[in-house]
Amino acid sequence: MDREFITRGVKRCSGGKFLLWILPWVAMLIFGLYSAGLCLVKGLNQTNMDNRFAFGLWIFLDLTVIALGAGAFFTGFLLYILKMKELRAVINSAVVIGVVCYSGAMCALAVDVGQPLRFWFTFWYPNVHSMLTEVTFCITCYLTVLMIEYLPIVLKNRKLRDVPEFLVFQHELHKLIYVLAGVGTFLSFFHQGSLGGLYGVLRGRPFAFREGLAIWPSTFFLFILSAAAVGPSFVLLTTWLVEKISKKRLVRPEAMQMLGRISGLLLAVYVLLKTIDTLVWINRTSPGNGFPAAQYYAWHPFGTWILFTEIALLGMVPALILLTPKLRARTGWLVSAAAMACCGVALNRFVQTVQTLAVPTLSFDKFMTYTPSWQEVGTFLAVLAYGVLVYSFSFRYFQLFPDERELKLEVAQVEEEPALVGRY
Amino acid sequence: MIAPNSKSQPSRERQRAVSRYGMSIDLDRCTGCGACMVACAVENNVPPAHEGATARKGITWIRVFKVDNGEEGAARRSVFVPVLCQQCGEDTPCVHVCPQQAVEVDPATGIVGQMPERCLGCRYCMAACPYHARFFNWWDPQWPAGMEKTLNPDVAPRMRGVVEKCNFCHGRWHAAKERAAAAGKSEIEAGAYVPACVESCPTGAIRFGDLKDAASEPAVAAKDAHSFRLLEKLGTEPKIYYHSKRDWVRQVAAAPKPPNGKENARG
Repeated sequence: MDREFITRGVKRCSGGKFLLWILPWVAMLIFGLYSAGLCLVKGLNQTNMDNRFAFGLWIFLDLTVIALGAGAFFTGFLLYILKMKELRAVINSAVVIGVVCYSGAMCALAVDVGQPLRFWFTFWYPNVHSMLTEVTFCITCYLTVLMIEYLPIVLKNRKLRDVPEFLVFQHELHKLIYVLAGVGTFLSFFHQGSLGGLYGVLRGRPFAFREGLAIWPSTFFLFILSAAAVGPSFVLLTTWLVEKISKKRLVRPEAMQMLGRISGLLLAVYVLLKTIDTLVWINRTSPGNGFPAAQYYAWHPFGTWILFTEIALLGMVPALILLTPKLRARTGWLVSAAAMACCGVALNRFVQTVQTLAVPTLSFDKFMTYTPSWQEVGTFLAVLAYGVLVYSFSFRYFQLFPDERELKLEVAQVEEEPALVGRY
Repeated sequence: MIAPNSKSQPSRERQRAVSRYGMSIDLDRCTGCGACMVACAVENNVPPAHEGATARKGITWIRVFKVDNGEEGAARRSVFVPVLCQQCGEDTPCVHVCPQQAVEVDPATGIVGQMPERCLGCRYCMAACPYHARFFNWWDPQWPAGMEKTLNPDVAPRMRGVVEKCNFCHGRWHAAKERAAAAGKSEIEAGAYVPACVESCPTGAIRFGDLKDAASEPAVAAKDAHSFRLLEKLGTEPKIYYHSKRDWVRQVAAAPKPPNGKENARG
């Protein structure tokens, strides 16, 4: 019944099969919305956050998905500004990932604040010294940019193209794409950095506090770099997953390898700078504030293993894999390295969010632990389900992978060739 | 982001400030009776804890920690440490992180104030505070029937979803200011403005005054060799001075972690 909406020349599963695919995600979304509703109606007492763990699962989720969603701005930057044409094959998918990640994070933030109806106060009474002000302004603006970038993808839908006004509008929007890519890159650089700065400026939390350049702590730059590194990896990982689930070839291996190479290169630079930053912090910044860095890792389970896992296992190892052409050419290695890179950045955001708050600052205070409540987990799952649903609908009805049609024809030709040989 | 100009701006404010209120707490006198906590809650309309509240979700603007020296048996020694907002005077961590200017340092008094009416409840200030002296209203405030008649009319109760903290009983400062104005004076006289915790302390362990007045007790205590401030190395210039003649107690401020690695506190 929805055949008319599906892009010409590509094949999608039947409506019934699609319904079966989305049903569990819809159920998860409903459960998550109920959880979030409880938090909004009854208050944040529904969570296991407290006066010590003022931030919890949701802020970790926000930081992680915004880093993973960086593929949208960075792929756009590489394609439209640096003219890496191979990435045209994944740009639409990257935009959808960006929309999903940023809008999902904004929804989670709306539940996370105590007075969501006062969100406009930040715009009305902005504190120009606060990193959070910068994050709020940039993310709001960038989500608007992403929506404008998403619109042409929607308007290219086979049925919507029948409306001439939509076609003209979509064409006009597309002319702006270079400007949007530039603006998106500028905004993203700032809010990714400011998210890192949120913790780096915390003078009162020596575990998180970092020295830096001018008014920006080192975490400002490390967050930009790590997001730019992991964004292409997440686009790669998502594309591979969609190929596996839909059982279709969607992009050429060259595009995937290019994503991997870019990710590996940036990850290697990030790991190097992160190592230098950690050494400076261990030997100068933290002791200078009266806190020997070793003490942070005396509180179990946060031992030095976490530092090793973050930098070496989930940073250096995937960077080396992605930078080795032979390994990169093998899908298994490529995808595993991309997944490791994504996990590494998630671990970094976890350390920034949770370990920072768990470690006591007063010598007579306690080390605290925190386990999220089911309402927090439910809201987390709602964001996940929302992301999967938006992406699933976008994949079904919009042309997320422009090479898909050509690849389908190539596969069909290869399949027909033996028959032709036999006939003649 | 614009640089907070951490060094020059507060210093200028400090020079301009009429007063710079601070506190000294003699730990050798504190018996841990908790009268200061009760007086604070009554004065500032802090509601009784909700039935679902835990020690980590309650609101205690001033909180008495029991700290020991980590030894066992006869060698064990204890001290009670009241911890409240330390009223940081330099590069105040909570002020420059608040995205909507709901936290400010009053240039007239040096008191770090919180505006619950403007607070978004993002809790970034709580993450920024090294003293864990900020509290979130996880529930709507509720008082048992009849108890609402005991509320202090000078202090507005706070709603669910906003952050609050010690403000040196700002209601009392306003009242003192009005009394001074009624008497035709432009400034509050020493002793005319005292927070509830100071007034209620049975042993006189907590003293309050203007740090700019060299004769005030906190100003005198600030110069005492046995005085210290919590987390002084962070450079936030807290205005609460603790005092103890016992060496191990003073080391509490300097040590980043108990020497034996064991938790030794009961809040």
